[in-house]
Amino acid sequence: MKRSYKIIPIYTADVSGVCSALYELGGMTVMHDPSGCNSTYNTHDEIRWYDQDSMIYISGLTEIDAVMGNDEKLIRDIEIAAEELKPKFIALAGSPIPYMNGTDFEAIAKILEQDLGIPAFSVPTNGMHDYVYGVGRALAEIAKRIEGKREVTPKSVNLLGVTPLDFGPQEHVDALIQNVEQAGWKVLSTWAMGDTLENLARAPEAEVNLVVSSTGLRAAEILQERFGTPYVTGTPIRGFMKTLLNAIEEKKQVAYLEKGRHIGLTGNELEKSSENQIILIGEPVIMESLAAVIETEYQISVRVICPLREKKGLLADGDIAVCGEEELEQALQSLKNVKGVVADPLYRPVCPENVAFYELPHIAFSGRIYKKKLPVLAELI
Amino acid sequence: MLKKAGESSGLEFNSPAHGNWNIVHTGMLLPEAIQIYVCADNCMRGVVLTAAEMNAADRFSFVIVEEEDLLNGNLEDVTIEGVTDVLKKRGDHPKAVLLFTVCLHHFLGCDLERVYEELEARFPEIFFIRCYMDPIMQKHGLTPDQKLRKSIYDALPERNAGKSDLERSVTILGSDFALDETSDIKRLLKAENIEVRELPTCDSWKAYENLADSRIFIACYPPGKYGLESQAERLGKKALYLPGSFDYEEIIRQWRMLEQTVTESVRDAEIDETIEREIALCEAVLKKTRQIIGDAQIMIDHTFHPRPLELAKLLLTYGFSVTRIYLDAVNPEEKATFEWLKQQYPGLSYEPTIHPEMRVRPRKEENILAIGQKAAWFTGTKHFVNLVEGAGLYGFDGIRKVAGLMIEAWQEEKDPEDLIIRKGWGCESCI
Repeated sequence: MKRSYKIIPIYTADVSGVCSALYELGGMTVMHDPSGCNSTYNTHDEIRWYDQDSMIYISGLTEIDAVMGNDEKLIRDIEIAAEELKPKFIALAGSPIPYMNGTDFEAIAKILEQDLGIPAFSVPTNGMHDYVYGVGRALAEIAKRIEGKREVTPKSVNLLGVTPLDFGPQEHVDALIQNVEQAGWKVLSTWAMGDTLENLARAPEAEVNLVVSSTGLRAAEILQERFGTPYVTGTPIRGFMKTLLNAIEEKKQVAYLEKGRHIGLTGNELEKSSENQIILIGEPVIMESLAAVIETEYQISVRVICPLREKKGLLADGDIAVCGEEELEQALQSLKNVKGVVADPLYRPVCPENVAFYELPHIAFSGRIYKKKLPVLAELI
Repeated sequence: MLKKAGESSGLEFNSPAHGNWNIVHTGMLLPEAIQIYVCADNCMRGVVLTAAEMNAADRFSFVIVEEEDLLNGNLEDVTIEGVTDVLKKRGDHPKAVLLFTVCLHHFLGCDLERVYEELEARFPEIFFIRCYMDPIMQKHGLTPDQKLRKSIYDALPERNAGKSDLERSVTILGSDFALDETSDIKRLLKAENIEVRELPTCDSWKAYENLADSRIFIACYPPGKYGLESQAERLGKKALYLPGSFDYEEIIRQWRMLEQTVTESVRDAEIDETIEREIALCEAVLKKTRQIIGDAQIMIDHTFHPRPLELAKLLLTYGFSVTRIYLDAVNPEEKATFEWLKQQYPGLSYEPTIHPEMRVRPRKEENILAIGQKAAWFTGTKHFVNLVEGAGLYGFDGIRKVAGLMIEAWQEEKDPEDLIIRKGWGCESCI
């Protein structure tokens, strides 16, 4: 049964993803939930919680309010807090009970906007998707709302899909930016770490949007639709920069599929490369970018296993999409000639014992447990 | 404005002080048992990583509830088949499974009786303990925590009900921490040659079952009171509720009550003498502590002990400069103390911990002694007493221990960012 798990955890869920994406933008994010979403988020999914203030709150939904459909209380509570704290915007994120009740978050957002004169929107979460969906939808809401002009600054990019869930603390994100800027491209905005809402509004000026994790894809699509900005998918990891730059210059949508990955794992190459292969488990864009470096630089065949739900168009041929612990175990057992597995340490119990395991901590999976051992992805290879 | 317990408080903020135990920590006290949760991703994430952080991932499994389950109305089947699948995959044979169902089970009218009947039929060797993670209910009834502190003892067998024990013992229920060996209760019972049994010290299923051997059940931690009363009634035991206190009169009352319950002939004069000595020792320790700490401001929060107001009253009475208490509601057991403080110390301030504005309040105050993790975070001090839920403190001994901890905290800095973010104070922590 794919929904039963005996030992490994699950990824950060959509509600936390919304909060993580909007954390630094000066808004107020309200999780409509009794309690659990709040403590899960600020304990396990948010490494900035201790010393970086952000208006992330829980509604404290009660049984009686849920049964009676008492949305008035939610509206009133938000309005009281917003009048006191003056957020730049208000975002609403739902959890399982409001989803079941059919709470009309869009209507609530409209009321809040009318009453307060503060932009308000809802992100359609229900606590039942993974963070890629939550971060993605939250950044997409920002992309829908920014007012800007398409006056292009040559050789400039926005980095889309940047949260601590995938990249860790700000210094690690700075390293990503540094890789891009050292290659001669200016980073106009980073969605959404170390940046402001005002600066995100400059996004339409970028020549290209760079989707550095799958969480940035929805925003990229909206920015392309609204402003005609092309996007390229790939993570600015040092060893991958040459390939990534080529893709940016040529506006090729998925950088790692253009070179290395696609060729290396198709046709006759597949059998040849399946000897002594390395397995990478995790988020598709980062893992594929890493895989491309390993394959091209070290001539080692790599196969990515992606346990996240949103990966359409992001995996290379021969890579594997799995859902749940059981499918992952089956996939790992079915692969032959595996030389090593690279994954978050909490995957170790379901990996074959006779295969070398290389730890690559990922906050969206193991939370803060390995925070002190987080590698700087931009400098990994 | 302080709220009544359970009253709605608007939007809520959760500070990064995580030392208070949650249902996962408490559930792990049950030896030779595992926990299985059936819920949606976001709720699951918090509990599964709690287990991982305390190095107990191997005692935690789960079943994910998906969107379609809400529409299909088959949560009974999802729960039964999911738990069955987990147990088959695990291959171990726990003595008990703490099965946690959630708000969704409640709202969808899931037939939990059917769920448990079926699971008990499929796994007759396993005791399925009915546990709940339904925080949506907690403001209008028993909290998941209170319910767990009852159900975790549901597997205790009926033994020697009402008989005088061959092996004289008393069982303490409902606490996450064993009482300190020097606590009043343990000293008193030791003097009577009565053994104290407690869940936190049980290292086997047999030891757990032996908790049922005692004739007297005691609860010292307020959230354990419901469990105490329920289990004492079920098993035919004498129930004593002796909540930890900082009030001399209350401590004396509890001392006498325990003495009267466990001894055949109460020696009043002897007790009076003992109590006089205990109070004198407390006074000496508090006086010394006051000299060391001086006029430094002291701030207390409600996670330190269930009776923060009593602690404030005690310290103020001995001349300490208690200036602020962090709490979100007044515990009914402290109502009289609250009224006393309002009258005697009208300048004492009360700050909520969950009010939205507390997120953006400056957190850099100088020369503060904080008692409790939240007080440490809100003030930004490195001088703080790091302890939750009253731990093993009890009675006169508890007062003296607190004084000692205050001196230690005042004289030695601690790193709050490292310490207070750890979940489950006293548990293993791998972060």
